[in-house]
Amino acid sequence: MRWTSWIAAVLLAAGMTASAQAPPAPPAPQPRFVVVLDAAHGGDDYGGRLASGQPEKAYTLTMSVRLRSQLGVRGVQVITTREQDTGIDLNHRAEIANHANAQACISLHASESGSGVHLFVSSLYPMQPSRFAPWKTAQAAWVTRSLALAGVLNSALLHAGVTVTLSRSSLPGVDSMACPAVAVEMAPDRDASLKTTADLDNAGYQSRVAGALAAALLEWQTEAHAQ
Amino acid sequence: MIPRHQKVIFSVLLAASLVMAVVLWQLRDRAHQRLIAGEDSAPTNAPLVAPAEQATLLVANDADNTLLAQTHSLPLPADPGARARAILGKLLDLYSTPDSSHPAPGGGNAVSQVYLLPALGEKDPLHPDAELAVVNLTGAFVSSHPSGLETETLTVLSICGTLHANFPRVTQVRFLVDGIERHTLAGHADLTRTYLATEAVPTAEGAHQ
Repeated sequence: MRWTSWIAAVLLAAGMTASAQAPPAPPAPQPRFVVVLDAAHGGDDYGGRLASGQPEKAYTLTMSVRLRSQLGVRGVQVITTREQDTGIDLNHRAEIANHANAQACISLHASESGSGVHLFVSSLYPMQPSRFAPWKTAQAAWVTRSLALAGVLNSALLHAGVTVTLSRSSLPGVDSMACPAVAVEMAPDRDASLKTTADLDNAGYQSRVAGALAAALLEWQTEAHAQ
Repeated sequence: MIPRHQKVIFSVLLAASLVMAVVLWQLRDRAHQRLIAGEDSAPTNAPLVAPAEQATLLVANDADNTLLAQTHSLPLPADPGARARAILGKLLDLYSTPDSSHPAPGGGNAVSQVYLLPALGEKDPLHPDAELAVVNLTGAFVSSHPSGLETETLTVLSICGTLHANFPRVTQVRFLVDGIERHTLAGHADLTRTYLATEAVPTAEGAHQ
């Protein structure tokens, strides 16, 4: 009995000393914020043909590089589905996004039809997240977050003076992504009389759109950390 | 002096040529008779002029990404499949005009057939007679359609919405191209899935024309 109480007293004293000497706990690390940029098409898949004669696959890669640079200098970790003119299967694009455990997935497209920037969110019916999601409809659990992300992108683009349309559509590839995902389609900027004010090739227009998208993603990062 | 054996050969070849010419002439005559016999030269039934009826078209607008409901008057056949094809033909005719709000070449001939079938899946108690429309587009229309998420989506949704507006029982729409399934319209809009007609919602009511 005497021995056991002596050992307990020693241990208690040692514990108190240790706790008194322990350094203050480091602040909790900021959760990782990852953005996946998916330059649509590539390789044999040329996508649409733009007015300049450039294929859509080249344009989306240019925009992906431009946006990656803008996000990179602001300290955002960016993962791209392709860095060169290579054909990538839609399923593989979704695999890259899902492995990245990203907080935002942006699929980049371009078209000569319409005006400004077209934002598309999957038309899948929103579902509760589950442990095992069907591959073709994995996005269903993220549709609500995707709509919120589209709202943030919409605000930033409007603030930058870009015409924006919001829509929902069946998006093969994006429908398999388990992250807040939006397809961004760039079209020439036109005024109310549909006169083109900035072509897709206009470097200033590209920079304005990329800047607005980067600003929106930074705001999205702040919102994600706040939650 | 021509040798005798050459004269014989020449005579034989000449005779053979004449015989072949006669046989060929007879074969041609027989083929001609067969062709005439196969044709129904009797007068056809007098063409029925279908009365003009009102049809609602959901017309796409690329500028603001909307579908505008417009009422048009056009002659429509009685058969539902032919009727659906005529209505879609009118819609795609509008898209092929130079001042179209949603340019897409092809016109009225872009739809080969429209089949109306019982809807897929379990029967909906609210719509027990729901139908699936299978729209067979021509390869020429699809290959000339502008590429882009917005323009392709609007084409698909305007077809779905127009079918539902004129055939309320049509709740599902599927697409074929030259009779076979195709992945996308022009690289973006998914043509492998069954579209719900309710996905296409008109944004506004247009002027009656």
